[in-house]
Amino acid sequence: MSLTTAHSVVAPTALSRRIAATIVIVYALISILPLLWIFATSLKTPPDSIAYPPKLLFQPSIEGYCNLFTTRTRQTPEYITSLGPATSFCDQVTRTRNMVIAGPSNFVPRFVNSLIIAFGSTFCAVFLGTLAAYGFSRFKVPLADDLLFFILSTRMMPPIAVAIPIYLMYRELGLSDSALGMILLYTAVNVSLAVWLLKGFIDEIPREYEEAAMIDGYSRMQAFWRVVLPQATTGIAATSIFCLIFAWNEYAFAALLTSGTAQTAPPFIPTIIGEGGQDWPAVAAGTTIFLIPILVFTVLLRKQLLRGITFGAVRK
Amino acid sequence: MRAAARATPTDIAKRFRGLSDRALAWLFIAPTMVLLLAINIFPLLWAIWLSFTNYRANRANEVVKNVGLSNYQRILGDGDIWIAMQTTAHFVFWTITLETLIGFGLAYLIDRKFRGHAFWTTIILVPMMLSPAVVGNFWRFLYQPQVGLFAYVVSFVTGIPSAQVDLLGSVGSAPWAIVIVDTWMWTPYVMLICLAGLRSIPDYIYEAAEVDRASPWRQFWSITLPMALPFIMLAVLFRGIENFKMFDMVNLLTGGGPGSATEVASITLKRQAFESWRTGYSSAFAIILFVAVFGLANIYVKALNAVKQR
Repeated sequence: MSLTTAHSVVAPTALSRRIAATIVIVYALISILPLLWIFATSLKTPPDSIAYPPKLLFQPSIEGYCNLFTTRTRQTPEYITSLGPATSFCDQVTRTRNMVIAGPSNFVPRFVNSLIIAFGSTFCAVFLGTLAAYGFSRFKVPLADDLLFFILSTRMMPPIAVAIPIYLMYRELGLSDSALGMILLYTAVNVSLAVWLLKGFIDEIPREYEEAAMIDGYSRMQAFWRVVLPQATTGIAATSIFCLIFAWNEYAFAALLTSGTAQTAPPFIPTIIGEGGQDWPAVAAGTTIFLIPILVFTVLLRKQLLRGITFGAVRK
Repeated sequence: MRAAARATPTDIAKRFRGLSDRALAWLFIAPTMVLLLAINIFPLLWAIWLSFTNYRANRANEVVKNVGLSNYQRILGDGDIWIAMQTTAHFVFWTITLETLIGFGLAYLIDRKFRGHAFWTTIILVPMMLSPAVVGNFWRFLYQPQVGLFAYVVSFVTGIPSAQVDLLGSVGSAPWAIVIVDTWMWTPYVMLICLAGLRSIPDYIYEAAEVDRASPWRQFWSITLPMALPFIMLAVLFRGIENFKMFDMVNLLTGGGPGSATEVASITLKRQAFESWRTGYSSAFAIILFVAVFGLANIYVKALNAVKQR
């Protein structure tokens, strides 16, 4: 049995491959359907979105996006005709529903909050995580295994259980509903993932590189900065994306600890309502915009995904 | 003196730069530890203290009384808490069962390496990356009777009028509604880890079995399953921990309702802590959940290390 024939004996037959492909593709199509439906709903008008039977073919409209970005008030037809010509497409669509645009909605500020908090906490978590991972990887730390378990266990805690004392603590410190408070909290949650993942990546960089550099006169810090960090770029990038996704998606803390100025998009999107209940095209539009960055990141990350979800234990 | 005798060039270089390795190690690790102590351990200690009191966060000026273990006693005797634990157990059991069966099945099929399997794997992985809250919220729309896509598909397949397919509206079916969404979201997670397990089995073992004329059935039960088992366990444990503390998806999809049909432990905790404002009582419940998750996490890390050895 030479290496060249390694697959000949156990290779699946053509028929079994075809059956496997059919089942997997059917599953993939079904599982992606809700997401396609979100996208389709975002392009429907409110009446189309709740038509029976659900409409597969429809006249696309950006009304959902208009409603997402604006707040509107109902007006009499006389008032509307007394206004000048519509200044934008959204203006025009709103007027056909006997409403006028009253101002921008909270979506953009909430989305910006999400960006600030996600990027701020990711930067802090990866910065701290890289240092700690290097420490655990290269030095003999007393009780290293226990400390690493402690670090990981903080991530496993039920968020609501953590939120009770955090809520009280933030109230005392004046951090309630502040971006700084959320950044600190998400940093603490993400740093555990960052340490575990980055330790795996740094463990893979041969120690000989730094030792050689230190013989050449680099200090430990210089070796870390100029030798280890450049080698760990892929790992740092992958870790950053995982931290970003967590902070971007997080809901429990955001819903309990923010309500106004620092509220992020996940607790905001479900509160988008129109007249007579939830404005589903607007919710779908917000959801679509919210999900697109994640889809891009998932494609970028697909080779590192397994590592990320197992805290660096499974490397493929 | 001994240190000097063993001195390598690295040691010499280091000594000239001042800090010892030990001090440097702490310099690297301490900032993370300080943050975790401030944001995790200090609040935890506070919660432990609160759990022995009758404190209510909405009445900050009231005198706080030490009530000893009575919060814990009341929780263990509280029928609602036990119902919440049963609801949680139902949710955890069925999601893990379905996710493991479907996830392993898919991984087994993808491991046939048909053409385009990498592309379809990426497609399947998408749901697990998304925000459970934002997507869970949209499932409310899919589940709506009559206008929802899910209700429409169910009525199309079964013939039940779409207006009567109301999974979220009835006490009997709502627990299954959250199981379906969780299974949809997290089956890819189990699949990905199982796939890694299947790919870690070297071909030569199958070749040897083939030479011994072991049937495909026998190969599956004696080679594939046992060798993938540590990976399956890893996925099951992690999903177990995550679903035990499930909050966001359920909170948006059903909010625990109708009534308390889908009130899992985290929802009860939120209702007690942030709606009834029984801070002391809910802190005691939080500590009980902490201990449970801590125990599970301990087992999980052992499983992680076991898989790492492979």
